[in-house]
Order: sequence, then structure tokens, then C-alpha cells
Amino acid sequence: MITRREFFRFTIKGMAGLAVPLAALELVKPGTLFANRTGAAGVRWIFLVDTYRCVGCGLCVKACKQENEIPYEANVTRTWVERYVLTKDGRLFADTPKGARDGFITDKIELGPGKYQEIKKEEIEKAFFVPKLCNQCENPPCVQVCPVGATYQAPDGVVLVDRTWCIGCGYCIMACPYGVRFFHPVHRVAEKCNFCYHRITKGMRPACVEACPFGARQIGNIRNPADPVAKIIAAERVGVLKDEYGTKPQVYYLGLSKEVK
Amino acid sequence: MKHHIFRPLFVVAVLVVIVLLLRFLVVPQDFGIGERGYMYGWHRRGNEDDWKAFKVKYKTAEYCKDCHTANYEALRQSPHAVIQCENCHGPALDHPSEPARLTIDRSREQCLRCHFPLPYPTSARADIRGVDPALHNPGIECALCHNPHRPDLDGPLKTTGSTL
Repeated sequence: MITRREFFRFTIKGMAGLAVPLAALELVKPGTLFANRTGAAGVRWIFLVDTYRCVGCGLCVKACKQENEIPYEANVTRTWVERYVLTKDGRLFADTPKGARDGFITDKIELGPGKYQEIKKEEIEKAFFVPKLCNQCENPPCVQVCPVGATYQAPDGVVLVDRTWCIGCGYCIMACPYGVRFFHPVHRVAEKCNFCYHRITKGMRPACVEACPFGARQIGNIRNPADPVAKIIAAERVGVLKDEYGTKPQVYYLGLSKEVK
Repeated sequence: MKHHIFRPLFVVAVLVVIVLLLRFLVVPQDFGIGERGYMYGWHRRGNEDDWKAFKVKYKTAEYCKDCHTANYEALRQSPHAVIQCENCHGPALDHPSEPARLTIDRSREQCLRCHFPLPYPTSARADIRGVDPALHNPGIECALCHNPHRPDLDGPLKTTGSTL
């Protein structure tokens, strides 16, 4: 049986407790929490692309296709490089011939099969190259839609495809907002960049990172505060692609422009 | 005895048992939700090891330098020092056992990846010296005159020997 005195005491305590804002209970920064989350021995792979350094040589694409056994002549690739050219009169051109497997060895912009646009040097306002690859999202929509559990997020954040389990329905290819997934022409299953999972789990760097002569591509572990890439992401002004989709992409870009989608 | 109730019930029970048995046989034992929960982690755990066992093909310059020391050192001294051996020589795979010789990409297109002039503002490409491939000795390999390992030296060069 509760007494009147106890009733008042509990009520006042309860009201005082409710009045404490949630933020007052937050003793650590969310970033620190994220860095210290347990599991997977403290590894969360992330990627950093420096678009200022990229020269569009496409050696990353060449290396990726050979390292990951993507048929070289087939017009599919795990990573590719886009060229953006903005003219002074406000026109925007973007192309990626063969995913830039052979680089950009012409100043003509590819508009479609056999269609090219010539742009005079004086007309260019700004022009740059943007490498693209799987964002290994923290909330990967491609994984949510898989009906059979063939694609999943590994404990270290990399999204993988189980080739023996994939039924080839193509939902994940439709679901990816970044268009990084495709059908593997030989294995007939969904295929995507996995940061060269066989290399990073052996202490090596991905093939594209090794192939890049200019350091435009870097891989890091965001759970390690001493990691040079994690430090850049913490301190520099970096952007991600399609932030508004809520997928929490983990490929960060230096020098991202609003024209890049 | 209400056979019209028990008989269909028995059929349903047998079907359920068959489905459960099939699931037990077909679904691998290591299938589960993993660390990332049902939404993102529903998978066959053995697949992580399948991917880890994938063959590494690009071995990086560290793999080359012990045998090809002369070429490795020459390249380190040159403006091409940033370029990996395998970017032109192809993936090392298990060289020298398999393949015994690598296929070298000596094409003009390989050089033009960087040296086709694209004077784009806000891109590092503008800082690389380029040549117009239509005007600069069209039809012949760049390496006939420029040693890719020592590109800063002018004039035709004797090759330093491609085997070891």
C-alpha cells in the first residue's frame, strides 16, 4: 500500500527525471561511439577519393577488371571514372567511355554510341574527373531487397554477394541508387565492387588504389583514430554522393561538385 | 471417427515435415543473421571466406623489386616513379612460374592515358605534359624513342634489357 508521502516523492522524482533533456545523458560524441563500436575487431572499411588528383588515366579500371575477373571487353565494370565538362554558357557534359577502361584519350565528349561532342578549350568553365565505386553503405538498400539472403553486409561494413546463393532476380541492381551493381556476364549473378575483399583482408590495398599513380584513391578504417584516411575524413571538407537517400555511403570525396550525381 | 478431418490434417502434417526436412537439407548450416542483424546480415557465413580466398593477381612493385632491381631502381629515380610496374607489364599472377613472361602494354594508347593533352581547369590532368598523337610521330610506339623507365632522358635510348 502506497502512502500519500511516498506518492508525492515518486511523482516529484519522476517529473524531475523527465525534465532532464536527452542530450544531458549523452556523455560521448556520436563519432567516438561509432569509432569504438565493438564487433569485427574494430574494422570498418571506408574509401577516400580525391577528385583534384584524378587525371582520368583509367589505370584503376584496367587493374580492377583484371584483378576481379570481370570480362575485359564486356561493357560492365566494378569501378569507373566519369568526366565532367561545364561550359561557360552553362552546358554540362559528362561521359565515361567504356567506364574509362582505356582512359580519356580524346577531347571529344561521348554523347552516345558513335556520337561525340567537340568542345573548344576556350569554352570550358571547369572540367574534372570523378572515380566511382561501390559506396559500401551503412544502410545498403541493395541488401534490404534481396529475397534470398545472397547479398549481405560483412561485419567490417563491406557488402558482398554470395555467388552460390544469388538467383539473379536483379532487385539489388534496381535498388542501388549509385548504379554500381550489374550482372556478371560469366557467373550470371549480381556483381559489385567489394573493395577487393580478398586483398584488404590480407593487409593489402585494393587493386585500384595500388594502380592509381596519383593517390586519388585511398582506403582506410574509420574505427582506427590513427588511420591517415580516417583523419582526413574527420578534419577535411569531404562529401558523399546522394546523401539525401539516407544510405550513409562510406566513399568520401574531396572536391565534390554539385554537378556530380 | 471423423476421417474427413483427420485425413487432411495428416496430409498437411506430412507436407510440413517434408518442407522442414527439405529446408534442413538445402539451407547450409552456417546460414544466419550474422553481426548486422536480420535486415543487413542475413547470409551464409562461409561466403565471407569464399571471397577472402579469391586469387590476388596484382602483387605490387614490392613483388618485382627483388629480381628486377635495376629496372625498379631506375624507375624510382624517374618522373614515372609513381607508376606501378603492373600498370604496363600486367598483373604478376604467379610470375615467374605462371606465367613465365608477362605481356607488356607498349601501345600508344597506354601512354596517352595521361599524356593526351586535356588542359582541364581544376584537374591535375592539366599539369601533365601532353602530345597531340595525330602530329607527334603517329603510328609508332612511344617506347621506340622514350624509355618508359627513364622518360626524362632525351633522345633514342638503348633498352636496358627486358629480361631481368
